[in-house]
Amino acid sequence: MRQVAHIFRKEFRAYFVSPIAYIVISIFLLVTGWFFFSTFFLYGQASLRNFFNLLPLTFSFVIPAITMRLFAEELNVGSYETLLTLPVTFQDVILGKFLAAVAFIGAMLVPTLAYPVVISFLGDLDWGPVIGGYIGALFLGASFAAIGLFASTLTRNQIIAFIIGMAICFSLTLIDKMLFFLPGRMLGVMAYLGADFHFQNVAKGIIDTRDLLYFLSVIFIGLFGSQLAMEEKN
Amino acid sequence: MIHVDNLTKYYHDFCAVDQISFDIPRGEILGLLGPNGAGKTTTLRMITGFLKPTSGTIRIKELTNDEHYLEIKKMLGYLPESAPLYHDMLVFDYLDYVANIRGIGRDKKLPRIRELADLCGLGDVMHKPIAELSKGYKQRVGLAHAMMSDPEILVLDEPTSGLDPNQIIEIREIIREIGREKTIIFSTHILSEAEATCDRVVIINQGKIVADGSAESLKASAGEEYLINLSLQQGDLTSLKSELDSIPGVTGITQVDSNGDLFRARLTCRSSEDLRADIYRKIKATDWILMELSKETRSLEHIFRKLTKEN
Repeated sequence: MRQVAHIFRKEFRAYFVSPIAYIVISIFLLVTGWFFFSTFFLYGQASLRNFFNLLPLTFSFVIPAITMRLFAEELNVGSYETLLTLPVTFQDVILGKFLAAVAFIGAMLVPTLAYPVVISFLGDLDWGPVIGGYIGALFLGASFAAIGLFASTLTRNQIIAFIIGMAICFSLTLIDKMLFFLPGRMLGVMAYLGADFHFQNVAKGIIDTRDLLYFLSVIFIGLFGSQLAMEEKN
Repeated sequence: MIHVDNLTKYYHDFCAVDQISFDIPRGEILGLLGPNGAGKTTTLRMITGFLKPTSGTIRIKELTNDEHYLEIKKMLGYLPESAPLYHDMLVFDYLDYVANIRGIGRDKKLPRIRELADLCGLGDVMHKPIAELSKGYKQRVGLAHAMMSDPEILVLDEPTSGLDPNQIIEIREIIREIGREKTIIFSTHILSEAEATCDRVVIINQGKIVADGSAESLKASAGEEYLINLSLQQGDLTSLKSELDSIPGVTGITQVDSNGDLFRARLTCRSSEDLRADIYRKIKATDWILMELSKETRSLEHIFRKLTKEN
């Protein structure tokens, strides 16, 4: 567990040493801020519903950009070899990098806490869905980070890692919007696979174990896939 | 200390390492020599556990990489070829990170980093990003990385590649210095380096071991052939040939150059005795003036070329 902490600390600091972190955070805040507030006053409702509605879509672009370098860069530079000959296990490396990405996503969400605070001055804000929304956002972010991490283990090219990660996250977000193409008996299964469906449940303020189980499964599959990809390399 | 037994590695259909076996006792400096693509890096990577062998076993202190890979990694310091490091970290931060991962205690960490910085000459670049360092300094950071936990075994893949002559000598001195107590295995394609630093040399070519032994024994095994350099004032090739014809061991005479009245020749000799005495007696009988008469054993270079060019 100590090794995980060391790798976590190193990776988390690496985000803020390079300009990537600041660029990604700025773009994220700009996009979410613009789409949320451009219609906010038209609705005239003191809620963050629109913000959370859009979040899965913005996350499926932004999070693969955060995770794309985690393994692809190491594979490209060759430091992967240096890293794996240190006394660490595959699990240490994967968990350390994954937790660093999740912590970074958390840091990215912190500035958006200004929205509910400002809105609570404008009207009577129901804090339940807001808290649920942020918990959901963390689970959703962690799931996408696991997927992005997996995509990053597949290639030494960061752009390819980004595109693969984005494609998977995007499909998971949109899958339950495409249900009308499918035969009736598959609807239930496909709806269950959609990340957006589970996220919106949590964002309503209802924290159901089924939804959390979904996110935990996605995280597990992503991390396990990363481990298989790493084992495959030697 | 390290036992390598019938080690084989295939990359798809390509056989990079083909059934090699060798033992390295404690405290030995072993040089792995071979032309590019001979399988040196692959062999080293398998010893560190980074690559899994297709077949064969590696035992390090009776431990195998399948079961005890964490223990083996703890005993082993590894410098990969061209020292791949994190480019956006500062040298100090990087060494600090390695010290943490290697489990060096908080109070011992700083003195250890200082010690390594002195040993590897990193004092001036401690607070520079690794990306800004020259190749030689990166190599030194890699060396400091490998030696961080004072490991029992050091595996160095071409530790002197890309360094200038001064740095090469420094690194060799460091290797010899640590090699007194530690087991070191390093790869190189510079022969004089292997000759100067190693207790033992293993030459591999196309994945197979073609020679194994100390530099001296390898030279001796090349046969009783040696060269004699001869410089004479006045004198020429034809008369020299006729003069030395009567010595049975001299098998070849070639002219190296002749400028003015200085004539230089190289004699190839095959004999268990030193033929210089006979040659000197012959020359004394003429009116030539002897300027140089020296013996040269076949160099490791020659053996290397012979062994690796045969196929």
